[in-house]
Amino acid sequence: MIDPRASIIGERLAKTGRVVAVSSGKGGVGKSMVATALALGLAKKGFRVGLFDVDFTGPSTHIILGVSQDVQPKEDKGLVPAEVEGLCYMSLVYFVGDRPAPLRGVDVSNALIELLAVTQWGQLDFLIVDMPPGIGDAVLDLVRLVKKIEFLIITTPSLLAFEVVKKQAALLGELGMPIIGVVENMKQDHNHSPVIEEQTKKLGLRYLGAIAFDPNIEKAIGHPAKLLDTALGEPITNLEKVLLGSEM
Amino acid sequence: MHEWALAESILVSAQQIAEQEHLVSVSEVTIRVGELQQVEPPILRFALNQMRQGLLLGAKFRILKAKTTLKCRVCGVAWVYSSKKLDKATAEAIHFVPEVAHSYIKCPKCNSPDFEIANGRGVWLEDIKGVKRSD
Repeated sequence: MIDPRASIIGERLAKTGRVVAVSSGKGGVGKSMVATALALGLAKKGFRVGLFDVDFTGPSTHIILGVSQDVQPKEDKGLVPAEVEGLCYMSLVYFVGDRPAPLRGVDVSNALIELLAVTQWGQLDFLIVDMPPGIGDAVLDLVRLVKKIEFLIITTPSLLAFEVVKKQAALLGELGMPIIGVVENMKQDHNHSPVIEEQTKKLGLRYLGAIAFDPNIEKAIGHPAKLLDTALGEPITNLEKVLLGSEM
Repeated sequence: MHEWALAESILVSAQQIAEQEHLVSVSEVTIRVGELQQVEPPILRFALNQMRQGLLLGAKFRILKAKTTLKCRVCGVAWVYSSKKLDKATAEAIHFVPEVAHSYIKCPKCNSPDFEIANGRGVWLEDIKGVKRSD
């Protein structure tokens, strides 16, 4: 008995330029916000961008984007992601709505493989993947199934978050996966500590800058047009430059 | 038509297996479809016949159904799934991603959503028959 689905995943992503997994070993560090803002920023620059929320048990990009419940992918020899704010958007939320999705590891893997196998992304410059926290099933499956995946790691200034990030970086290093760099999110005004930057460099990784903690981000949730006017704006522009190779 | 995407994966996978097995042509491909995903065999067969190529050009597709058994991880009860009681939208959601069954179905005994899809989840390639290269 052979599961045929994995064999088509490479083909489904054949016309996708880069696949960037926005991830963190730790939860609550702002992955979804950064992933969504980065996708919106790249789309605003004229790139064709997909956003794939693979945080199946705790999805939030649909809330950030203000996706209404009547938005659905189109059926055409698979599933064609709906166009949301200029993004090709895919999420398990299309199929569960507001209901909880209590999935164990094997179910997470199966759902991920299913969506990778049937989603017709078409031509994309970037596919931004909003990852669940941790280094579990979703990370291992994407590493196994999406050969061109690269990781953008998000941490907060907390050493608790960074300790877990270290484990994630070690794992990705062992697996030979490319890490674009580390972003320090939610940095408070009074915190000028260079610890995260120093520690990131010690790991041999690139420190991609800090995003200031901004209480106004909460007001931009559900209003994607406002997201890049928050403290996310400038750092996201810098991240776009990193991705485009035109540096910070 | 979700079946088309699955058919494409079956064809790619079957072609890869045929090459690994040094077949010069494939005569029959046996596919098992689990009831949970509610794949329509006529649509799947049509898609397979439309898209087949390479070593699979002359292949016959045998599509077998499999009952879905769900087993509660909390109380241990096992039951056979039926889509008949589901409304159309729910059945369609499970058709696209069978794992979302955990959002809609509960154990009939203890009402837990923590169950295992023990059998009959989706589409499986069960067997490939063909002519082997003689060397």
